[in-house]
Amino acid sequence: MTLSHRSSSSRSRRDTRLVAAVATAALGSSAIFVLIVGFLLKESWPALSTIGPARFLFDPAWRPTEGLFGLAPMLSASLAASVGAVILATPLGVASAIFCRHYAPPPIGWIHRWSMALLSGVPSVVIGLWGLTAIVPLIGRFEPPGASLLAGILILTVMITPTIALTSGAALDSLPDAYGRGAVALGLSREATLAHVLLPAARGGVVAGILLAAARALGETMAIVMVSGNVVQAPLSLFDPVRMLTANIALEMAYASGSHRASLFVSGLMLTALVIALAAAAWRLSGDRCHG
Amino acid sequence: MIAYIADTDATAGSGRAAYTLGPLAAGPTCCEPRPQISVENLTLAYDGRAALKEVSLDIFRGCVTALIGPSGCGKTSFLSSLNRLSDLIPGCEVEGRILFDGQNIHDQLTNVRALRRRVGMIFQRPNPFPLSIRRNLEMPLKEHGVRRRADLDAAVWRSLVDVGLWEEVRDRLDAPALALSGGQQQRLCIARAIALQPDVLLMDEPCSALDPVSSTIVEDLIASLRGSYTIVIATHNLAQARRIANFAGFFWVKDRAGVLIEFDHCQRIFDSPRHELTAAYVGGRSG
Repeated sequence: MTLSHRSSSSRSRRDTRLVAAVATAALGSSAIFVLIVGFLLKESWPALSTIGPARFLFDPAWRPTEGLFGLAPMLSASLAASVGAVILATPLGVASAIFCRHYAPPPIGWIHRWSMALLSGVPSVVIGLWGLTAIVPLIGRFEPPGASLLAGILILTVMITPTIALTSGAALDSLPDAYGRGAVALGLSREATLAHVLLPAARGGVVAGILLAAARALGETMAIVMVSGNVVQAPLSLFDPVRMLTANIALEMAYASGSHRASLFVSGLMLTALVIALAAAAWRLSGDRCHG
Repeated sequence: MIAYIADTDATAGSGRAAYTLGPLAAGPTCCEPRPQISVENLTLAYDGRAALKEVSLDIFRGCVTALIGPSGCGKTSFLSSLNRLSDLIPGCEVEGRILFDGQNIHDQLTNVRALRRRVGMIFQRPNPFPLSIRRNLEMPLKEHGVRRRADLDAAVWRSLVDVGLWEEVRDRLDAPALALSGGQQQRLCIARAIALQPDVLLMDEPCSALDPVSSTIVEDLIASLRGSYTIVIATHNLAQARRIANFAGFFWVKDRAGVLIEFDHCQRIFDSPRHELTAAYVGGRSG
């Protein structure tokens, strides 16, 4: 009696300590996020209050030393590159997930899955190096100078295809066996089973993966600096050299001061807001999947 | 061959008369013994380990054949070999012959998709697709070449009426099928199978995942399909087998493999089984 009482109270003490540790760790990590957003707001506040949010979108050019703060060309370059990469990477990623689960002989599917997982871990600067020495000269041969929006899109595609492949694969894996068996038992072909049963059932997870990949593409910096040319101009052609918002921060932060520096923080805030919106949408969609 | 009894072991009771119509089987003319599926010496192994050994029986057109026996005695394996769903399981090997309307379903020339259309299957857990009620019924039809809107609508209506679901869902055909209750989902799955106008329905414990009320509704539905479809139902519920089946096969585990101990008219299996094991099982003394 005493023994069991003591052991249960010591367990509850250990429990309390564990709860405290876990809660501290959890609060700590969410505090980091709040602190980062707070820091961005604080640093960009001088620019937002004196220059005003509208001018960041509508100023005709980006010449911060001369009082022109137009971020629109860079914002549109960022969006164009991300959208382009998502358009290319989505069919590749989803097809790759389907291939290694439903068509490839097991060893090949296994190798393919691993190569996707490894590709997703290749450092972006390495992919940038490859882009700079392989993709840029290739594009330059047809349409000089080569460093361009297209090069940026291709590099981002390489980087986010594995993300989409892995998340769609996980979404397909999480489907109950009963769907596939039920479809086969109705005499459906493998193609019909995939197109009409499995992919619609996995849609929430697949779309969530695409949104996360888009967020990754928006935030990518290093590889993009290396291949896209870094000229501040609105992308009117795939072959125009462009500068993304992320690249702008990386390139100018070292020497910026005053309202120039503050407006770089504004672009950081803009990126963060976009990525949060995408992640929130992804989260909602993958949550929906659980409710069928 | 109608009655089958394992000849290796002791039998309860003495020799049997040739086929005679018992009171239950005497009703519908469907139960004239015309085999639709003949299983001959079926042996099924997973990765070399036998799950079913040398099962032979006839499944009669328009009748309900119940497969009874303890868990792990190969009832599900037997069912899934009848529409070659066993093909999906890696390492699954099938020996022996299964004749469906006289044709060997393991023949090279067998169109497996067409076979599965004619031999539908209902699973233990209802498995409607995460689509609307209407799409659940229409999609398989479209895949089997039914394209005309009028034909599709008629098939949706007909199959829902047949399973008694029409009045319950007529004004929400485009609602998600997963929003239906368990019993309704199972009836939708039966509707989905019969919309394809199969000859045979295989049912793997179709009521065991349902609450008692839904279970009764589904059981009544199965009884009402007798005569229109050849039904093979695996069940743990002996009372249910007794209520709805014309024929029954009793499976048992021997040397870790499922074997068919006795196959006969349902009534005989329950009232005058000839094998000791059957008598013990239906009498509640084993299994």
